[in-house]
Amino acid sequence: MADTPLTLLGLESSCDDTAAAVVRQGDGPADILSSVVHGQADFHAAFGGVVPEIAARAHAEKLDLCVIEALDKAGLTLRDLDGIAVTAGPGLIGGVMAGVMMAKGLALGAGLPLIGVNHLAGHALTPRLTDGLVFPYLMLLVSGGHCQFLVVRGPEDFSRLGGTIDDAPGEAFDKSARLLGLPQPGGPSVEAEAALGDPAHFAFPRPLLDRPDCNLSFSGLKTALLRARDQIVAEKGGLTRADRADLCAGFQQAVADVLAEKTRRALRIYMAEAPSVPALAVAGGVAANRAIRQALEEVADQAGVRFTAPPLRLCTDNAAMIAYAGLERFRLGRRDGMDLSARPRWPLDCSVPGLVGGGRKGAKA
Amino acid sequence: MSPPPVIDLPSPDATAAFAASLAPCLVPGDVVLLDGPVGAGKSHFARALIQSVQEVPEDVPSPTFTLVQSYDTSRGTIWHCDLYRMSGPDELVELGLIDAFDEAICLVEWPDRLGELAPESALRLTFTPDGSDPDLRKVAINGGADWTGRLAGIAA
Repeated sequence: MADTPLTLLGLESSCDDTAAAVVRQGDGPADILSSVVHGQADFHAAFGGVVPEIAARAHAEKLDLCVIEALDKAGLTLRDLDGIAVTAGPGLIGGVMAGVMMAKGLALGAGLPLIGVNHLAGHALTPRLTDGLVFPYLMLLVSGGHCQFLVVRGPEDFSRLGGTIDDAPGEAFDKSARLLGLPQPGGPSVEAEAALGDPAHFAFPRPLLDRPDCNLSFSGLKTALLRARDQIVAEKGGLTRADRADLCAGFQQAVADVLAEKTRRALRIYMAEAPSVPALAVAGGVAANRAIRQALEEVADQAGVRFTAPPLRLCTDNAAMIAYAGLERFRLGRRDGMDLSARPRWPLDCSVPGLVGGGRKGAKA
Repeated sequence: MSPPPVIDLPSPDATAAFAASLAPCLVPGDVVLLDGPVGAGKSHFARALIQSVQEVPEDVPSPTFTLVQSYDTSRGTIWHCDLYRMSGPDELVELGLIDAFDEAICLVEWPDRLGELAPESALRLTFTPDGSDPDLRKVAINGGADWTGRLAGIAA
């Protein structure tokens, strides 16, 4: 694409992490000139999950430092930028507000355009930043608290095919680890145990496979794991290492089977659009699980669809995806004014009505 | 004082029905504390309650990651909170939870994190799984005299 080179600063503070990044795109693929994330990874293990950074004040203080660091690393000043992109939602309102205020201040002070970005759009457009996917592509977005299938047709055009009606898979892994006394975050520790176990030893349900849609449910798997654990403890008075490995293997296999089958269904719907370069992108921690990734790669392969999974550092919350999504909106001519407001809820696809027992819009959905 | 009433909920559907019967009794300013271990049915209860008072029932995803999800319902705004990841009272104030206790209907999972910030007027539901029947949950209902009157006919 013969576009003028654009350089945007992105800000992200909608949940646990505070981040700033500079992304530039001229002809060809976009370059991440810098990407700074101030997270709380050190504390993950102690608290059975991620310790939230909810204080708007803490985000505001860190944002200053992130912006300075991001500009420094990119070797640029505010004068070299074409615009400021910022996550305007969805997320924890204090954090989002801190980011939006910061972005407004910078835009006003430096005389730069302001572009508000939907956090989920940032995730959903990441495969274009990393792999140059062309619209439309199918996205399995499994990041933090959400899990959904999206057909991505344009920078502001998303169709949601389905999603989790309760827990996200990452959450199911975390809670399973908690139930089995394994360290947090649960994904890697359950996967390591599963590698030593027999996935067929314990029977786990495959929730919602009996329904033809693309919705998922993982809460029941956690409960099934709890029951199996308690039954073993009742019978033997404790859990052997082999039992624990078998439980992990059975649980992981169930998650993989459900995700694979629902992905197969989502692909069928997506392929009916006759995409020019069919692709499935899987973004989120789940793609780091080898068993699940392999299952999803097989599904894509069988459908004759390209498979990509952006690197994990660009799937967890970061500001490079916000700068990039801002860049795409900028090219569409979108600009926001000083009235840009923080939105705690902001679904990507407002067209799909809710369903009883499994509607569509959560704060982050 | 007599011990709190305990009711048996033999299935997830029974839990949902109990939640739906409680919903019409709630008004903004009410806080319902949902106690119990992982897998006890706290989120299921909250989801059923919220969806029962929505004109168009929507997704009620787990708030474990987002800490708070808020919903507009026919009973007023409902906050569905999961405090598992919280570590101190300062954070609860930052989250706006203390204000929400007065202004919204709050359903709070892992309420032990509240410590002394738990409102005295709150209704506490303690979910306990049963060792022998995997679908059965026992729910202890614990509130002041005010709640006893308001819940008359539900938790009989």
